[in-house]
Amino acid sequence: MSRICDKSLSGLRGLLAAGEVKAAEAVEACLERIRATEPTVRALISVQAEQAMDRARALDAAGYDPDMPLWGVPVVLKDVLATKGVATTCASKILENFVPFYDATAVARLKRAGAIILAKANMDEFAMGSSTENSAFFPTTNPWDPERVPGGSSGGSGASVSAGQCFAALGTDTGGSIRLPASFCGVVGLKPTYGRVSRYGLVAYGSSLDQIGPMTRGVEDAARVLQVIAGHDPRDSTSVDRPVPDYLEALGRSDLKGLTIGLPEEYWGRGVSAEVAESCREAVALAEELGAATVPVRLRLTDFAVAAYYIIALAEASSNLARFDGVRYGRRDRDSADLLDMYVKSRTQGFGEEVKRRIVIGTYVLSAGYYDAYYRKAAQVRRLLRRDLDAAFEGCDLIAGPVCPTTAFRLGHKVDDPLAMYLMDIFTISANLAGLPGLSLPVGLGTESGLPVGLQLMGPAFGEDLLLSAARVLEEAIAPLPAPSGLA
Amino acid sequence: MARYEAVIGLEVHAQLGTESKIFCSCSTRFGDEPNSNVCPVCSGMPGVLPVLNEKVVEYAVKMGLAVDCRINGKSVFARKNYFYPDLPKGYQISQFEEPLCEHGRVVVEMEGGTKSFGITRIHMEEDAGKSIHSPAENVSYVDLNRTGVPLIEIVSEPDMRSPEDAVAYLKELRSILVYLGVCDGNMEEGSFRCDANVSIRPLGQEELGTRAELKNMNSFRHVQKALEYEIARQIDLLEDGEAVVQETRLYDADKGVTQPMRGKEEAHDYRYFPDPDLVPLVLDPAWVDKWRGELPELPGPRRGRFESRYGLPAYDAGVLTAEREVADYFEAAVAEYGEPKKISNWIMTDLLRQLSQTGLGASECAFGPKSLAGLVRMVDEGAISQKIAKDVFLELFETGGDPEAYVREKGLTQISDTSALEAAVDRVLSENPKEVEAFRAGKKKLMAFFVGQVMRKTKGQANPAVVNELLARRLG
Repeated sequence: MSRICDKSLSGLRGLLAAGEVKAAEAVEACLERIRATEPTVRALISVQAEQAMDRARALDAAGYDPDMPLWGVPVVLKDVLATKGVATTCASKILENFVPFYDATAVARLKRAGAIILAKANMDEFAMGSSTENSAFFPTTNPWDPERVPGGSSGGSGASVSAGQCFAALGTDTGGSIRLPASFCGVVGLKPTYGRVSRYGLVAYGSSLDQIGPMTRGVEDAARVLQVIAGHDPRDSTSVDRPVPDYLEALGRSDLKGLTIGLPEEYWGRGVSAEVAESCREAVALAEELGAATVPVRLRLTDFAVAAYYIIALAEASSNLARFDGVRYGRRDRDSADLLDMYVKSRTQGFGEEVKRRIVIGTYVLSAGYYDAYYRKAAQVRRLLRRDLDAAFEGCDLIAGPVCPTTAFRLGHKVDDPLAMYLMDIFTISANLAGLPGLSLPVGLGTESGLPVGLQLMGPAFGEDLLLSAARVLEEAIAPLPAPSGLA
Repeated sequence: MARYEAVIGLEVHAQLGTESKIFCSCSTRFGDEPNSNVCPVCSGMPGVLPVLNEKVVEYAVKMGLAVDCRINGKSVFARKNYFYPDLPKGYQISQFEEPLCEHGRVVVEMEGGTKSFGITRIHMEEDAGKSIHSPAENVSYVDLNRTGVPLIEIVSEPDMRSPEDAVAYLKELRSILVYLGVCDGNMEEGSFRCDANVSIRPLGQEELGTRAELKNMNSFRHVQKALEYEIARQIDLLEDGEAVVQETRLYDADKGVTQPMRGKEEAHDYRYFPDPDLVPLVLDPAWVDKWRGELPELPGPRRGRFESRYGLPAYDAGVLTAEREVADYFEAAVAEYGEPKKISNWIMTDLLRQLSQTGLGASECAFGPKSLAGLVRMVDEGAISQKIAKDVFLELFETGGDPEAYVREKGLTQISDTSALEAAVDRVLSENPKEVEAFRAGKKKLMAFFVGQVMRKTKGQANPAVVNELLARRLG
């Protein structure tokens, strides 16, 4: 049975369509894998075993439906996505018992497509972190090495997919939170163009940066999931009303002829570990063999991107998290003397250290007398950075570089050094600031650490089809990763 | 007072009369069961997003156009951050650096001429909910029905120099809003709220004095009284060599005074920044043109037209055009019977009095303009007396109906037939010999007494002119 779990989503679909595997069997296989791996990986905050089985049996009873592109496919959701009737905690004590009465649009679309919601994945509290160590409940470990982090903030989603607990997971990416854990866990992660996927029901961290995207074991799987969740949503004013291309059809390409890949100097130089550089260079060399041309490009503002990001994201976060005040839902201190006391105690007890740090910084940069120096300046940098990237895309079709300077680091290694943690995002942040799509593709194991290395491909706005098709060609040319080494 | 000048600026919050809230589809109805008109969006649940109600933009732009504002092609929603239990998101969505409308003006007719008051800006925002404190239970309740109800904030320039200026400006602004049909103007229910910034300075001084912000004025009278009190208070302070403190003061209508707002006066830092959940509002010029074309004739121009076209005195024109419904009523009545001044008199006295007593609007009144025109015509034609007409008006005001049919049915037609009245006149004279004697001796004022007696005998149906003539002949 557990062999079902080693299939890709696309592979499972074939079996489900042919009636060789029932939806209930797929769910059972996943639950079994969860039982086997969870004690080590701890990727999930809650497992909806019963609901998932009920749903699977209902689907089986109704029979396979070819119009439901994810019929019977068990999926995991980052616990920042609102699920009707199922606790949505954001890995925070302040929302520990919060059960929404609405589904996020992406979740509703998955359900309509026949997907089965299996579990809610662990994450850094309110998506603030790069290691999933900021979860208020427990850290998740990397399926490749239980001593190491899975990356973050969508670490639970990445680890769950990597460990074969599900066939796809949704993550969210504000500064690299899909791509980084995808890279560390050896899976495919796609952050779509800002506005491609509705944010309705995604508990906001940095609203102008957040995007929901798929994390899967293969490129085709990511295309299938994106196809379902992408598209305009009247409930999200920032979602773009623009036709969604057929991503599967776009995968038809057999080589990379005619494509020009830009290699930003800033992404390949200092700070990148030797093994990461090596794996990524090999992948680029392979792309050249497959017909792609490469050109150097300059992204001069890369260093400023991190600073601009941490000002804009944290400013937005300080305001987005104001609603967690203990008044209507979530944790409330019951013994407060007055209103202010209730606010202070509820929030002090409910939020973790990193969340508090970010609220304080975000509040500071918006304060009277500092707004111009910080927020306004960061917004200017953001505009310039966008211009830089637009200019770069005039000379190339895609931009390639490492997702992260290193492979997965050890648990506890950076928790006391927030700045080092923030620098994990240096290569991923620009795509968020500019609203562009970025994909993390596993391109091998580091020669030194033996851990997965991810290559980041960035595309122009709404260039997901191009990203996916190029990634698919590379994926087929690269030797597939073995099963994660941490799961004996 | 002569040595000082007051400087007043006003901030008006007008609730727009849309069916649904500004960022969700919940109803805006007033007075419903608490927390019955709420949804995940207006109650600030995690992960939900606002979507702008287009009708709000239309209403706000129409107001901007009506007061000569520049309508900005691009405007931006911003978050105003503060914590309060009736503010579910912990921020209010408003506009800050880039509002929808700027640089307008309101022209007001006042005794002594026309005045123009500048409008700095008009922006859209959402209302907060309501906190209801119950000290007996030691709890507070929050009602979120009002959360997300659309408002426009209209900020004036500090152009007003007296409480009278302020009230005239507010009345004109309210009248325009109601004319446009974008706000019901109800001050008691809070659809039209006003705060005032007041300072004083020695006459001739350019520099502004320290200002106080006045709140809690729920009627034009309150505004007048609060400003009068506050200006006097500030003058007293300066005269006594003390300084005005910059603070927010609440008007206490019972005591007729302004008092510092209780509790800590915290310097709020609202940390405004552009709301990333809403894209900048870019207006299609074609929409603005369309909305401009839909503007009704506004009170100012209509007032002018009432004077020139109907020959009404400025006072009449002002009263009749203050409310669109009343002006419409007037024009409909004049269209039926072309005696504008007579119809104006009826509206300004009888109709407005009855409307204010019953709380009805002119358009809701059962006694429509056609009926009023018929009534006035019957008086002019001598068919009924003015007095009978007033009775008929009161009789029919609530039920409506054709006054001519009513007069016929009730036999109220005026008696102008000399022969029919002669008997009554003779009887009155024979019953009051002393008065007849006194009249003949020169006490001519008694004529009114005789007329009154005849009117009584004829149950008011006698034509007073004919009665006068007959009496004069008999007594002469």
